Amino acid sequence: MIPACRLVDLPRGEAYRLDIDPPVSVFHTDDGEVFAIDDTCTHQDASLADGWLEGCEVECPLHASKFDLRTGAVDAPPAKRPVRTHEVHVEDGMIYVQLSLDAPNLPPCVAARLAGGPA
Amino acid sequence: MVGASLAGLSAARSLRKQGYDGRLVVIGDELHRPYDRPPLSKEFLAGSLAEADLALEPDTEDLRAQWLLGVRAVGLDGPQRAVRLADGSEVRADGVVIATGAAARTLPGTDGLAGVHTLRTLDDARALRDELTLGGRLVVIGGGFIGAEVASTAYALGLDVTVVEAAPTPLAGPLGETMGAIVSALHADHGVRLLCGVGVKGLSGESRVDAVLLEDGRSVPADIVVVGVGARPCVEWLAGSGIELDDGVKCGADGRTSLAGVVAVGDCASWYDPRAGLHRRVEHWTGARERPGAAVTALLAGGAVEPGTPRPPYFWSDQYGVKIQFAGHAAGADSVTIEEGARDDRNVLAVYRRCGHPVAVLGMNQPRPFMRWRKQLAAAA
Repeated sequence: MIPACRLVDLPRGEAYRLDIDPPVSVFHTDDGEVFAIDDTCTHQDASLADGWLEGCEVECPLHASKFDLRTGAVDAPPAKRPVRTHEVHVEDGMIYVQLSLDAPNLPPCVAARLAGGPA
Repeated sequence: MVGASLAGLSAARSLRKQGYDGRLVVIGDELHRPYDRPPLSKEFLAGSLAEADLALEPDTEDLRAQWLLGVRAVGLDGPQRAVRLADGSEVRADGVVIATGAAARTLPGTDGLAGVHTLRTLDDARALRDELTLGGRLVVIGGGFIGAEVASTAYALGLDVTVVEAAPTPLAGPLGETMGAIVSALHADHGVRLLCGVGVKGLSGESRVDAVLLEDGRSVPADIVVVGVGARPCVEWLAGSGIELDDGVKCGADGRTSLAGVVAVGDCASWYDPRAGLHRRVEHWTGARERPGAAVTALLAGGAVEPGTPRPPYFWSDQYGVKIQFAGHAAGADSVTIEEGARDDRNVLAVYRRCGHPVAVLGMNQPRPFMRWRKQLAAAA
C-alpha cells in the first residue's frame, strides 16, 4: 500500500496527485468519500486531478469526458475506455492506495512513452 | 436524426438514455460512422493518430439505430416531419433532430485547382495529409483556429509555412485583440511567417496552384494551399420547409425550432442565449456534445420542461505544443488581464471582465488554474 496524504490535508472537492508512474489521483468528494483512479485521461495526456469534480464524477479538464470515480466508467466521447480504479484505505487519518493489478488504459501517446518509444 | 457526427450521435445517445425505446434512424451524408473531428488538424494530420482512433463509438455500444450513411437529406416536409433523401426515398418520424453541421467556406474560383484544400471532413484530412508528407511550401489562408492548427502541424512536419490573415490581428473575434495577438505570436516564435491585414486576391497556377496572390500586389509561392476561412451552416436543404432560419436553424434555449417536433443541435443550430439575450451559433465541439441532451429532453417532453442554463461555451486548441483553452464570451469584455504566467513564455492565464465581472478566461498551458476559473464562470452564470 502506498501512503498518499493525510485526509485533513485534502479538502472536500479537491484531488491529490501521486507522482508515480503512471500517476494516480485521490479524490475527496463533496459527500466526504475518497476514491483513487489513474490520473491520466484514457483519451489524451491530461491530468484528471485538474478536472471538474462533481458528485462521484470527474470531468477531464481538456476534452470533457466524464469518469465515474467508483467504477472508472467513462460516460461520453472523446474517451472510450474506462480508467483504472484503485482501492483506498484510511488509517489513523492517512490515506493509503492499494494499486490495482490490472493493466492501465493509457492514451496512445503516453503508452508509447512508457514503452520507451518516441513521445 | 439528420446528421451523423458528434451532435447527431450525442442526440441518439441522449434519446436512449432518456428512455426513448422506439425506432431510431440516423442519416449521414458521409459514408463514415461518427468520428472525432478535432484531431483532423492535429494528431491525425501529423500521422500520430490512426483512423481507427477517431471512432466516437466504443465497440460495445449498440444504440439500436438504423444508419443510413452516404446519403444526403435534401428536404424536410415540416408538418409531416418527413425527411426527403437524395436517393428519392423518404423517412417519416414523430420527431426530427437536425444536426447537419457546417461546411468549410471556400474561395470563389478555386474549384478544380490541384493543391488547394479545405479541412472539415475525414476525406479532406486524408487528402491534405497525403500532400503534406511530400513537403514543400504551404500557404494557409486564414489565421483562425483551423488555419493556425494546420500551420502548427505542417511546421512540425518540416514544411515551409506562411499564414495569411485578412484582419489586422488573427483570432481577434473569439479572443479579442490583445490575446489574439499573443496567441498568434506562436507562429513567429517558430519561424512561421504571418502576414496580417492583407486580403487574398486569388490563386495562380494552371492545373495546380503555384502561388497565392495578395491584394497589395504581393505573390506568395505555394505548393499547397489550405483555405481556412470559416464555415457556413448546412441548412440549404431546409429551404421550403417553413422552418425559421437565421444564420443556421433558429432555436430556443432548449434547441426547439419553429416547427413542432423538430429540434436542432450542433454547428447548424443558432440557439437563444438567455444570458446575452440573443441567438448565436456556437461552433464548438463541447456544444455539439452537451446541448443535444437538453434538446432531446425538450423533444420528448414537447417543451413542457423549462430549459436549464447551459455552461459557458468552452473550446480548446493545440498549437506548437501549447495547450490553448477558452471559456465564456470575449465579445462583451471591457478589460483583459494576465493573472498567471508571462506573455513572453506563452504560458498565461488571462481573465476577461465586463464592469469588473469575469465573463471569459483564456489559458495557455495553464490547465489547473483555467479549470478553477471555468468553474467560477459557470457558478456566476
